[in-house]
Amino acid sequence: MDTFVNTFFNWDYIRAVLPDLLRTGLANTLILAVFSALAGTVLGMGLAVAGLSTKRWLRWPARMYTDIFRGLPAILTILLIGQGLAVVARNIVGRNPYPLGILALSLIAAAYVGEIFRSGIQSVEKGQLEASRALGMSYAKAMLLVVIPQGVRRVLPALVNQFIALVKDSSLVYFLGFLTSQRELFRIGQDLAANTGNLSPLVAAGIFYLVITVPLTHLVNYIDKRLRTGRRVEVDQFTQLTVSGKVA
Amino acid sequence: MAVSVELKDIHVSFDTLEVLRGVDLAVGEGETVCVIGPSGSGKSTLLRVVNRLQEPDSGDILLGGESVIAADSDRLRQRIGMVFQHFNLFGHRTVLDNITLPLRSVRKLAKADAEEIARARLAEVGLADKAPYRPSALSGGQQQRVAIARALAMDPEVMLFDEATSALDPELVKGVLELMAGLAERGLTLIVVTHEMGFARQVADKVAFMDRGEVVETGEPGEVFDHPSSPRLQRFLSQVL
Repeated sequence: MDTFVNTFFNWDYIRAVLPDLLRTGLANTLILAVFSALAGTVLGMGLAVAGLSTKRWLRWPARMYTDIFRGLPAILTILLIGQGLAVVARNIVGRNPYPLGILALSLIAAAYVGEIFRSGIQSVEKGQLEASRALGMSYAKAMLLVVIPQGVRRVLPALVNQFIALVKDSSLVYFLGFLTSQRELFRIGQDLAANTGNLSPLVAAGIFYLVITVPLTHLVNYIDKRLRTGRRVEVDQFTQLTVSGKVA
Repeated sequence: MAVSVELKDIHVSFDTLEVLRGVDLAVGEGETVCVIGPSGSGKSTLLRVVNRLQEPDSGDILLGGESVIAADSDRLRQRIGMVFQHFNLFGHRTVLDNITLPLRSVRKLAKADAEEIARARLAEVGLADKAPYRPSALSGGQQQRVAIARALAMDPEVMLFDEATSALDPELVKGVLELMAGLAERGLTLIVVTHEMGFARQVADKVAFMDRGEVVETGEPGEVFDHPSSPRLQRFLSQVL
């Protein structure tokens, strides 16, 4: 029992790694995840709209992109982009692997987010687009104002799940060899674990991941429940009524 | 302002299936024409051709005597209101927003102006108090009345109704039909695809019977319902009346 506790929960090692995890690791993990989520969302929406286009020259490249980036292991893509671009496009991207890590994560996320958006948009009833067009809206306006907002709402839980996956996948940029100040949670835990031969720093890093991902998992459940059971309606400025979405 | 509608020799095919086979239909300014016929006879497609939600393979569409077959379809649709069987209200917006959204995005009205029109139209259909609700909080009949208010808010010259009461519970049908009859009385040009034979008899100026992609018989309600001349219409009426 002592060996078990000492291997995984050695307080001295955990205490030693905590400041770095808190100051450097958490910030870097969040920066990697949030920036790549934002870029992945923008690119993913473009892929979804292109993938649904009736124009073949838009649809095919979007499908090919999605097939390739979803089909490759994340680590392979990260290494190819992170190390490859650092060599062949050094003049443009510089030698700093950090933005390349974000780029690689963004490109991977975009393929998944694009598919999530596409399924959401496709789930919106055809009548919504028809009604918008019948009111004189252009196709673009109808998609932007009516179809896409409803499609996105429906896939919010899947999007949050994708963000959780991204938080975890951000640990893979470890292979790009970041500077000390650029290390994310896993790398910090791993470095001390390697130096000490004790796994407690990795357990501490794991706890940090859980602190981020577990509340997000509950957020997914909450959003999912709200979407299924209806939501409260905004307060009307004239009548000051607050009513449940289920009122008949 | 109402306007006449004329369809000339309209043909529509879906792959090898000919859905409309040379349809002619003339609706005078301020007239109400009810289109009746069995399921799959092409009634809804005919209606969708009027505002070019369905582009015809050939034929011509005239509004107020002018061809609109090559006109900008978005502009054309601003002149023609359409009400669908399943309401098609925007579920992510409140009732008020459902009406102001097209006013603001298509007609480019200021928020305050759009809301003023929307509230007036909602009051007309008896739903002024439902402005802040989501469509899902309303009954089917109420949703359809909101859909009518939304179409009317765009100030259309023609209104199209595609089986507007077919998806409603029987007790909710009457309110919607009364609202449609009121629009007919106000002199809007209406083209109504319906299975409500009572409504067609009482409200329509003209009834057109469609079968297998053709307008088989057209006439005043009295003629069509009491003295049908074609065997196909006689058979149809014997089944539905």
